[in-house]
Order: sequence, then C-alpha cells, then structure tokens
Amino acid sequence: MIYRSRSIAQTESIAADLASTLRGGTCIALEGDLGAGKTQFVRGLVRGLGATDRVTSPTFVLLNIYGTGRLTVYHLDAYRVHGTDDFQTIGFSELLEQNGVVVVEWASRVKSLLPPDTIDIQLTALSPRIREIRITPRA
Amino acid sequence: MPMLILGIESTCDETAAAVVADGVRVLSSTITSQVQLHEKFRGVVPEIASRAHIENILPVINQALESAHCRLQEIDAFAIAHRPGLIGSLLVGVTAAKTLAWTCAKPLIAVDHVHAHLYSVNLQPADDQQTSLVEPASPPALPAVGLVVSGGHTALYHLKSWTDVTLIGSTIDDAVGEAYDKVAAILGLSYPGGPIIDQLAQQGDPNAIRFPRSLLGRNSLDFSFSGLKTSVLYHVRGHKGRQRDASSLSQQEINNVAASFQSACIDVIIKKLLRARKQVGARSIVIGGGVSANRGLRSALAGLDIPVHLPAPAYCTDNAAMTAGLGYLLHNLGQHAALDLDAIPFSQFAAP
Repeated sequence: MIYRSRSIAQTESIAADLASTLRGGTCIALEGDLGAGKTQFVRGLVRGLGATDRVTSPTFVLLNIYGTGRLTVYHLDAYRVHGTDDFQTIGFSELLEQNGVVVVEWASRVKSLLPPDTIDIQLTALSPRIREIRITPRA
Repeated sequence: MPMLILGIESTCDETAAAVVADGVRVLSSTITSQVQLHEKFRGVVPEIASRAHIENILPVINQALESAHCRLQEIDAFAIAHRPGLIGSLLVGVTAAKTLAWTCAKPLIAVDHVHAHLYSVNLQPADDQQTSLVEPASPPALPAVGLVVSGGHTALYHLKSWTDVTLIGSTIDDAVGEAYDKVAAILGLSYPGGPIIDQLAQQGDPNAIRFPRSLLGRNSLDFSFSGLKTSVLYHVRGHKGRQRDASSLSQQEINNVAASFQSACIDVIIKKLLRARKQVGARSIVIGGGVSANRGLRSALAGLDIPVHLPAPAYCTDNAAMTAGLGYLLHNLGQHAALDLDAIPFSQFAAP
C-alpha cells in the first residue's frame, strides 16, 4: 500500500488507520531518512491505539514504552546500535513476546532479528512537506 | 567525620561510581568512558550493552574507592540511580548497590537520575590531598526553575525544595542533545555532536540562517526540536531535486549552519526558562545534563538577570557523584530504600 501524506497530521492519521488493524504480537520495521517522520508515524500509531502517552524519539534512550492504549507499544530505535548483539542485550526478543506492538526505527540495522511476519514501512520525503508512506506486510 | 556516600550509576551508556563527602565534596568520580579504564579492560567498551555494565561495574566501584583513598567499610550509605533507563542496564547497578548495602549492613538510597542531574550544581571537586575545603558557593535560592538538557532529556522542573520537584514541561519529540547529534550527522561531523557544533559555532555567524524557533504557543513550557533538525537537513540538502550533502559546503558555511542552529536552540531554551521563571516565581535557575556544558548556552545564561547555577564541567554529563550527592540529602531525611528495590524505566517526575 502506498500513501502520500501532505502534512504531519495526515501522516499521523495514516498511522492511526493502520493501528486499528493491528493485533498483539505485531512487529513493525520503520525506515526513512533523518527528518522523514518516523517518530511522527509512531505518534499516530500510538494515538490510533487509544493511548495518550507522550511519544518522543527513542534514539538516545533506545526504548520507550506506551502502555495506555488497546495494545502496549514498544518503541525502539536502532540508530545508535552497533550490531544485533547490542539490540539483543536491551531485551528485543523478550519484547516480541509481550503480545504488544514492537516498532523499530532504523530497522535495517537489525534486520536479521526481525520476525518473518514483520510489517515494513518506508517513509520517503518527496519535498519538505510531502511524504510517501509505503506499507508492506511480509507474510 | 564527614559522611561518605558511594553512588552508582548505570542508567544509560555510562557505568559510573563515586564517593562524595557530606553531599557536596566529590572525593572520586569514575566513569567507564575514562581512557585509563578502557585500557585496563581490553580497549573498546561497547556503547550500549548492559553486558558492558556487568563487566565494568565492579572495577568502576573499586576505582572510585581507590581514588577516594577510602575503604568499603568507611562508606556510610550506598546510593543508586534506579530510574529512568533501560531495565537491563539499571538492574546491573541496582543489584550491585543492594549487594553492597546488604553485605556492609548500611542503608540503601534510591535516586532518580534526572533529579540527580539537577542536584549536580551543588557538587564541588575536592583537591587531591583533600586537605582544604573549597569555599562553598551559595546554594540556589528556592523556589527555582530546574532544567535538564542532555541527549535523552529536555525538561523543565519547579523546585519548591530539593525534594519537592514537579515536572512543568518537556520535549514533545527530540531531546536537544539528540538534535545536536543529528545535526552533526547531517553536517558530516563526528559523534557526539554537542561539543563539536559548539566549537564550530564560535567561528560562525548565528544570524546567517534563520532557522525556526518552535515555542508551541504562548504559555507552553514544552519543547520541540524535531522541526529544527528537519529544517537544517533541508538547508544542507537543498530543496526538491537538488540533493546535496554537507561535503558541498565550505567550512565557513558549515560554521554558519552550526552557529545558526545553536542560536535557535539557545533562543528556545532561554525563552522557556524565562517563561517558567515567571510562571513559578522562581528566584534562581538550576541546570544539569550534558548540554549544560555548552559554551554558547553558558554565555547566553550569563546575560540573564536571575542567578543561574550550573554544574562544574565534570558533572554535566552522566556521573555517579550527583547520585551520591542527592543520596546524602535523602539519607539525612531518612529516605532509605528496601532491599527489594525495583529498577524503573521512567522518571518519578514523568508526565501523568
């Protein structure tokens, strides 16, 4: 599925629509350049699950957990990660088993750890405002 | 006899331990990123892994005791930063602190890492001989506005007292230190980005580019740095169809981007501090965290008409001296933790 978003609000609403279809145990791989809107997308997803938590970038802290919605969201970021070992030591495998939604920004850096039915989402900036959002379920 | 607190910190990348006397005099402050320790333990310390904390924690504690010329038996209490952070990393420090408290039969004190960053303004390095006391600076007048600015945190606090602290604003997207790191990446500079952008900014024109200052409405005490990061990206890359990168910029252009970006960050921070000061009727400002070492920020703060308290440079970034210092204060109030203390991923001041 390919969407074209013309605003942050529209990106969030596309993400919220996706959220309404999600079941526990889902993993989402988010790709996109700096400033493409990955964290914005996660904010939409979290709102779509009915959560009110503040959604911030996990780049430095590596993991944010939003627990007030229909499903708990584990928001991870592999930007600072040096290899899959690093990612495992923060408990990635355990998070996949929590029956929540695991979202990984910069996921290509830990590709080999992602489950086979991961949903791939690619965000591309076509201009300072416009984003192409490509959602590809793997299974 | 001074009261000696051993502090332990493993909330994020650094494993650290420190011995602090009477809550202010830092007898030792050891962190893993210190070069000597790297050499002692096979060179590279992985940046993230909690496994690294496990390998480092005991050597770091021993080093802190040794540097303080103090024996484990002389420690009066053990303070541990048990929140916020990654559970796996926190648990290493928490387990070490509990074990020490139990085996030495001394109190265990639980400290919030963010709270400790605020407390760091009270720390004074002791000289090597520990003979002369540094003349204590006057403590911050309360109520104060607190600001923690680092790679992971950008938040404002209302300090009615050192133990009555309320979160009054925080970032809605990126922390300011993270924006520095990402702008450094856009400019092709090294990590961490803070010190290098600060340095280049000294040679650049802060008015060269007018980057946006996101204030989020007239009364908001929240921050947003994501849009600023993106506008630096578009300035460097050029708009539609002109995909450049930083290598096409001259050194002076890079300096100007650094200076203009830094100026936008500092403007926002200063505006929010003054807003917060007005809203809570603060008598002083207290700032901690890695970005509080930024020279541009420090010189902007020097121009304010309210006393501003900043940590000594060694105590801006993550360290355990601040943990021990705040631990002393809580110890005196009798706020001891039980040995079933948990590691908690979020701060005690987290937004409701």
